[in-house]
Amino acid sequence: MSFLTYLINGLSLGSIYAIIALGYTMVYGIAKMLNFAHGDFIMVGCYIIFSVSGAMSGNSAVGIIVAIILCTLLGVTTEFVAYRPLRGASSPLAVLITAIGVSYLLENIALLIYGADIKSFSSVVKWEGLSLAGGQLQIQGVTIVTIVISVVILIALQLFINRTKQGQAMLAASEDKGAAALMGINVNRTIALTFAIGSALAAIAGALLCSAYPSLSPYTGAMPGIKAFVAAVLGGIGSIPGAMIGGLVLGIVEILSKTYISSQLSDAIVFGILVVVLLVRPTGILGKKVQEKV
Amino acid sequence: MKKFNRVFSAAMAFALSATMLAGCGDTAPASTEGAAETAADAQTDAQASSEAAPAASGATFKFGAIGPLTGAAAAYGNAVVNGAQIAVDEINAAGGIGGYQIEYKGEDDELNAEKSVNAYNTLKDWGMQILIGSTTSACSIAVSENTKADNMFQITPSGSAEDCVKYDNVFRVCFSDPNQGIASAQYINDHNLATKVGIIYDNSDVYSSGIYQKFVEESEGKNYEIVSAEAYTQDNNTDFSVQLQKAKDAGADLVFLPIYYSDASLILTQANTMGYAPTFFGVDGMDGILSVENFDTSLAEGLMLLTPFAADATDDLTVNFVKQYNDKYSETPNQFAADAYDAVYIVKTAMESAGVTPDMSISDMCEALKTAMTQIEATGLTSAKMTWEATGEPNKEPKAVVIKDGAYVSAE
Amino acid sequence: MNKQTKNNLITYGIVIAFYIIFEILILTGHLSSHMKGLLVPMTYYAVIAVALNLCVGILGELSIGHCGFMCIGAFASAFFSKVTEESLPTAPRFILAFIIGIAFAALFGFLIGIPVLRLKGDYLAIVTLAFGEIIKNVINAFYIGIDSNGLHFSMKSSMELGMEKDGNIIVNGAMGITGTPHNSSFTIGIIVLLIALFVVQNLIASRDGRAIMAIRDNYIAAEACGVNVTSYKMMAFTISAAIAGAAGVLFSHNITTLTASSQYFGYNASIMILVYVVLGGIGNIRGSVIAACILYLLPELLRGFSTYRMLIYSIVLIVMMIINWSPKVIEWRKRTFGRFSFKKAGAKEAV
Repeated sequence: MSFLTYLINGLSLGSIYAIIALGYTMVYGIAKMLNFAHGDFIMVGCYIIFSVSGAMSGNSAVGIIVAIILCTLLGVTTEFVAYRPLRGASSPLAVLITAIGVSYLLENIALLIYGADIKSFSSVVKWEGLSLAGGQLQIQGVTIVTIVISVVILIALQLFINRTKQGQAMLAASEDKGAAALMGINVNRTIALTFAIGSALAAIAGALLCSAYPSLSPYTGAMPGIKAFVAAVLGGIGSIPGAMIGGLVLGIVEILSKTYISSQLSDAIVFGILVVVLLVRPTGILGKKVQEKV
Repeated sequence: MKKFNRVFSAAMAFALSATMLAGCGDTAPASTEGAAETAADAQTDAQASSEAAPAASGATFKFGAIGPLTGAAAAYGNAVVNGAQIAVDEINAAGGIGGYQIEYKGEDDELNAEKSVNAYNTLKDWGMQILIGSTTSACSIAVSENTKADNMFQITPSGSAEDCVKYDNVFRVCFSDPNQGIASAQYINDHNLATKVGIIYDNSDVYSSGIYQKFVEESEGKNYEIVSAEAYTQDNNTDFSVQLQKAKDAGADLVFLPIYYSDASLILTQANTMGYAPTFFGVDGMDGILSVENFDTSLAEGLMLLTPFAADATDDLTVNFVKQYNDKYSETPNQFAADAYDAVYIVKTAMESAGVTPDMSISDMCEALKTAMTQIEATGLTSAKMTWEATGEPNKEPKAVVIKDGAYVSAE
Repeated sequence: MNKQTKNNLITYGIVIAFYIIFEILILTGHLSSHMKGLLVPMTYYAVIAVALNLCVGILGELSIGHCGFMCIGAFASAFFSKVTEESLPTAPRFILAFIIGIAFAALFGFLIGIPVLRLKGDYLAIVTLAFGEIIKNVINAFYIGIDSNGLHFSMKSSMELGMEKDGNIIVNGAMGITGTPHNSSFTIGIIVLLIALFVVQNLIASRDGRAIMAIRDNYIAAEACGVNVTSYKMMAFTISAAIAGAAGVLFSHNITTLTASSQYFGYNASIMILVYVVLGGIGNIRGSVIAACILYLLPELLRGFSTYRMLIYSIVLIVMMIINWSPKVIEWRKRTFGRFSFKKAGAKEAV
């Protein structure tokens, strides 16, 4: 029974990683850039929900909608101002460093506006959750909601990418920007759309992250962002179902290693497992193997 | 073309650094020879102006404070810098120390010992005579090497590791980590609070693992048993379900949390969700939990902590301090702010007792204060009566408080 | 003298000139304590930037865990210095500390290189990040003490060491190592930097270096030409780790408290080094040194702006990246300043 409890705890953590990883992998898959600031978009989303809900006397629905809209705007603006000028730079590292700059910028703006002290976030999910086996097993409401939302997003993204014209344009742009442009695809607009979707997902992920772990500071997004990035790589970066699986696997592994091996060394174990998985499958669990040509 | 690009990049970098230097020194010459020269010139200027400053401004004491003002630990550093600011303002408004006003400046160290030394050097260039800092243990130890070399008087408000005061010129306001570990173990034993104790501590943090180690050593032969001791790290401080579940499975009826309130607020929330309600027992880092914005204080009901300061105490000193802090920074001060506030007043008391004047050299001032510190008796927010050993350790009584109806109440 | 040798000599010249200028400023008392305190960190960040540039720019593999090697070098050497502080005189002890720090970092570079270099691109980057975090986390759980019975070691807590009363805990988990002798100085830092530059620049100019760069540019073609891809990759990665270890030795002997925390050895710190490398120019060793110095100084010089310091720093970072790397801006620069480029470049050559 206690194993099941731990498994459920792992699932709660994993579902959070999964929903963040979806946004990460979306941007990486299409724009081919590691958006290190993704974690900070999440933090921005949380602060917006926090402020708006506070002003609206606890009405979190409005807060979430405002956060989604503002995060989308933020994502598109960031892409336009900081990332677009560097498209086609001679090294892909240039845009990576700019993303780090954006990450510092957002953290420090939040620090100036909200101060460094943590804020407690009221959960946007009011449902208590399920109680199984006569109350011995508890599944939190936010866990179930997160998993459901992740699956909905997963399906929606898959449908969008495979069934719509815009989605096909995204796929084409991710394969070959030059050729896509020749086919009449507006690459800049397509990538901007990707950022818009990715940032909107960040706002949703932020709402759920802070509902599950209700402490909000300017650095809230940083570590979950990195963990979600690890999850996305574990699942095969660029693969949308892979991000979901990677997130869940990472969460469960983290909890189980803390439980059965050592809570001191859990970070080392989680990263160790990542290394092992990548050695066995060098492109992650669901990653496509790309044959390189001369 | 490639070469031009390189030259251009270098020129851009130089120009940028030159602009920055210009912002720092007063008038950096528009040099394009190279970064080294520009930096050197501007530094010379800065040096000249800093040398000129003390002479021009006349007789004032210069106090400096160091703490993490940005980064993940910014809450603590800001509290220290702001708390000391309030004390300085009060003293200045009341006529200063022996008629001399205090000039005060806080610097950022980003919780990085190397940057803390940089901050110290910056303050030294500014003319600092007394250091209130650093806020955190590792930084404080690193800086103490330098204050020792310069023989500058240092009082750390919150550097609690044993080694913080290993030099005779360093004193502290807060309890030491071992002291807190021992006091907690004794308190739990003496008040029969528990039979089985679980511990959750941060093994990436000097403060937390220091208290943890001493607590475990001291628990030997006490009337309770440690049934679980689980760690977490600052990279992994969102999910505490495992640590709590293990304590619960081991049947712990008291969970000892030698950690800061920011992480503790999450632990309390998660314990509540999983329906686990032992007695939680914290140390001074726990103070501040009630003032976390939007925190459901009912979760902290019954939480006990050994702390020298409680923001809702009703004595005049605390009420006044909390009000001023609130007005100025729209936050409720925590223990860090209180320690820093006390630190400034302690220095004031010591200065008055030693008859220190601003024209004394840093080293003479330090010698005078070192002697005075062992003789004075100070009153402050964190204790009604504090005295110091020559080792730098304070003698004061830890207060045990318990949270009842969203407020601290004395546990005695 | 060919162009490359000349270029290398310019790099040494810049470093030596920098050293002489600052030494004169120190001797004549024109340097503020703040600036004096920054000199040693500047040298070790320049050293690790050179190390990372060897990995990223010359070998062409993105590593975001290089501070892990610095961490190993720092801890190995600090441990040695602490143990032998009483029994050995300073100079030979510090030299031995360097050898030990570098050897350990190189050993781990080699061991970690075996799995890491089998991967490619972003997957390789994330695995280096993983190893950096693993190193940090494991060292945080190390407890090593010494007493009359010899060394005691534990991965759990200091109580498990079972030490005698006369024992001395050297590595105390998260509290790390305190009281490492303060041996690093600006002169030693500059010497280490010059040696690092010498090693890397000679490697680049050698046959091995050309093989490594061939692998970077096209490994399939290089392999087809008979270059042993694996062994050259391992070589470059190990040397890079060893140099990072040397930076670690300087680091641990500069500040007396050494803790394996994120501020110094986490992925964020590694990324900071990567920023130095990218802004200095990928593959441009001299650029790394200059960028490391400027970018380390920048936040320190911004102290006057107090709370807005890091905000300004991040904006400067973004702006610098766009100015230096954006294809459009580069083109615009060419159009606007194109005419002067020849003259400017010529002037630079004359220096």
